[in-house]
Amino acid sequence: MSEEAIEAVGDYKYGFHDPENHTIRFDKGLSEQVVRDISELKNEPEWMTDIRVKAYRHFEARAMPDWGNCNLLESINFENVTYFLRSSNQTEKNWDDVPDDIKNTFDRLGIPEAEQKWLGGVTAQYESEAVYHSIREDLEEQGVIFLDMDTGLKTHPELVKKFFGTVVPHSDNKFSALNTAVWSGGSFIYVPKGISVEMPVQAYFRINAKNMGQFERTLIIADEGSTIHYVEGCTAPSYSTDSLHSAVVELVAMEGAKIRYSTVQNWSNNVYNLVTKRAVAHKNATVEWVDGNIGSKLTMKYPSVLLKGEGAHAEVISVAYAGEGQHQDAGAKVHHLAPNTTSNILSKSISKNGGRSSYRGMLQVMPKASGCRSKVVCDALILDENSRSDTYPTMEIGNSSADLEHEASVSKVSSDQLFYLMSRGFTEEAAMGLIVNGFFEPFTRELPMEYAVELNKLLELEMEGSIG
Amino acid sequence: MSQEMLRIENLHVSVDGTPIIKGLNLTINRGEIHVIMGRNGAGKSTLANVVMGHPAYEITAGEIHFQGRPLDELAVFERARAGMFLSFQYPAVIPGVQVGTFLKKSVASVRDDPPKGRAFRKELNEAMSKLEMDKSFLSRYVNDGFSGGEKKRLEILQMLLLKPSLALLDETDSGLDIDALRIVSKGINEIAPEAGCLIITHYQRLLDHVKPHHVHAMIDGAIVKTGGPELALELEERGYDWLDTAA
Ligand SMILES: Nc1ncnc2c1ncn2[C@@H]1O[C@H](COP(=O)(O)OP(=O)(O)OP(=O)(O)O)[C@@H](O)[C@H]1O
Ligand SMILES: [Mg+2]
Repeated sequence: MSEEAIEAVGDYKYGFHDPENHTIRFDKGLSEQVVRDISELKNEPEWMTDIRVKAYRHFEARAMPDWGNCNLLESINFENVTYFLRSSNQTEKNWDDVPDDIKNTFDRLGIPEAEQKWLGGVTAQYESEAVYHSIREDLEEQGVIFLDMDTGLKTHPELVKKFFGTVVPHSDNKFSALNTAVWSGGSFIYVPKGISVEMPVQAYFRINAKNMGQFERTLIIADEGSTIHYVEGCTAPSYSTDSLHSAVVELVAMEGAKIRYSTVQNWSNNVYNLVTKRAVAHKNATVEWVDGNIGSKLTMKYPSVLLKGEGAHAEVISVAYAGEGQHQDAGAKVHHLAPNTTSNILSKSISKNGGRSSYRGMLQVMPKASGCRSKVVCDALILDENSRSDTYPTMEIGNSSADLEHEASVSKVSSDQLFYLMSRGFTEEAAMGLIVNGFFEPFTRELPMEYAVELNKLLELEMEGSIG
Repeated sequence: MSQEMLRIENLHVSVDGTPIIKGLNLTINRGEIHVIMGRNGAGKSTLANVVMGHPAYEITAGEIHFQGRPLDELAVFERARAGMFLSFQYPAVIPGVQVGTFLKKSVASVRDDPPKGRAFRKELNEAMSKLEMDKSFLSRYVNDGFSGGEKKRLEILQMLLLKPSLALLDETDSGLDIDALRIVSKGINEIAPEAGCLIITHYQRLLDHVKPHHVHAMIDGAIVKTGGPELALELEERGYDWLDTAA
């Protein structure tokens, strides 16, 4: 990286970028033709083209959300976004075959190394499409399907058609409509009945080009009694102009299945991260969202679970870190549709240097859903006077047998904690780093160890050079 | 010659404009154990905190020197690195931070040549077994949900690992059961020969285990009487009223 680049990037160590080499790059801007062109380029079946066009029309007609951060949302210029960029003509199965500059990026991000050590499969998406994809042979032999979404649509059209848009319909919100219209890449996973995938599978999303829009679409189906842990990571270069990341993730956990979906979102501070993540949990199924938001300019994301079958369980653990110029509007939504369903929501946020974090939550218990239990805990830590934290919890309780707990706290780092740590040799910055890592610990301990270590380092870096 | 660890001269300290310490003098040399006794609110913890550099306290007059060096030029963490240690009367809780991680980082920041990896674990194990602490402490969060006695034991464990040359022990004996008192005293006696120790206590029972060289009575922010171990006994028997006229 050049010195200027380092200066521009500051502490964000993933802010480097490669020269933009691409085989296909659409002109900026969005129209029905762009949507049709994407579909045609990908040789998609007609039904998918139709869904895209319908979604595009909905996107055009749909107003911006009038909540969250309206000013920032209104400042998105959809005409200044590149909606499709292909940087490699195929998805490789071997890292050596990935074009050098792209491969270097993923090397620097430590992906191939992680794959060898502790992953059951990897997909690496660069701009609009996957450039690398692999799955362990033993998983493949057991019938586990782990593909990038484009390949999934080609090879398993009936499965995709059956589930696509059933959890997050295109009309859910403006950004799910946008994603449905222009989606590209993402993961497609099917775990057959009774199969437990022990090692996590990972997807890594990288935006490299300026003003890029990344619209991956992920669909995970865990058949009866199966389990899967999916991990995603995301980074982008730091540019002075904005990029847009608008994904849709749909999870289907069949009877007795368990899906854990872990995210460490570390976009650079010029990325709008507007993502719809939702899961359906059937009878006795468990869905766990482990959702970390460290980067981005604006994140609006509320992983949700529809507890549709009796005895289903939802677990949402999320953390958000809002530093200078960042707004993390995150939270969780759980809908108890069936009796005896249970949920736990834990949300932790840190605001610093004028950053803003909001918890937005929804807990719904339907009239027929008797015997439900839910616990919601929101903790906010505010590190200075300029920073802000809000909570917007909504509860709609239609069944009086529900057993509900709600706790919320807003705290500051106490001078006694700082003094204690400093008396043990920690500088003020190191002390802050330790306290912040401790605050996020209930989240961090749920991550694979490699991610946890990385996240702790990241937060310690965030505490550096900022205490006067 | 004896080596001077701490020298306090005519110290005056205020909190939010209220004077708490009012003209205090004290010198502690290497190998000396000093005890300070005094009523609740006399200013004992204030003294310990101010020596360690707590930002809430304002030194309005006087000087503090550590090993001949004026302390006002050292930040709190630098005092720790220079060899000063405070065992807190009320140790802070640090949620989510495991004791093991905390100790390792603390030792790494304080000691010049910190033991690493296996050497650190060995030293840690030895210190813990000396203090009869179970290994399970290491995965608990710092002082989170600790009983009073457990907190004090963790303070002493830190002291053993950080090997200070000046130890300020603020009511480390309070709330300890008989066995814990004996164990904690063992820790103090281990570092005492090479360090200067200032022990703040209300009870002479600690002095069954730790032999002080000097005992000071503190009244209203100043030391009004100094004696040997017999003064501790006398204070415990007679209380502080008989000293009030001296203040
Ligand atoms: N941070 C503070 N803010 C306000 N007042 C304080 C502060 N620290 C100490 N004080 C006051 O200073 C006085 C001395 O307090 P200090 O804690 O030093 O007493 P102590 O001798 O240690 O008492 P104890 O035996 O109860 O521990 C008390 O009146 C106390 O309320
Ligand atoms: Mg005290």
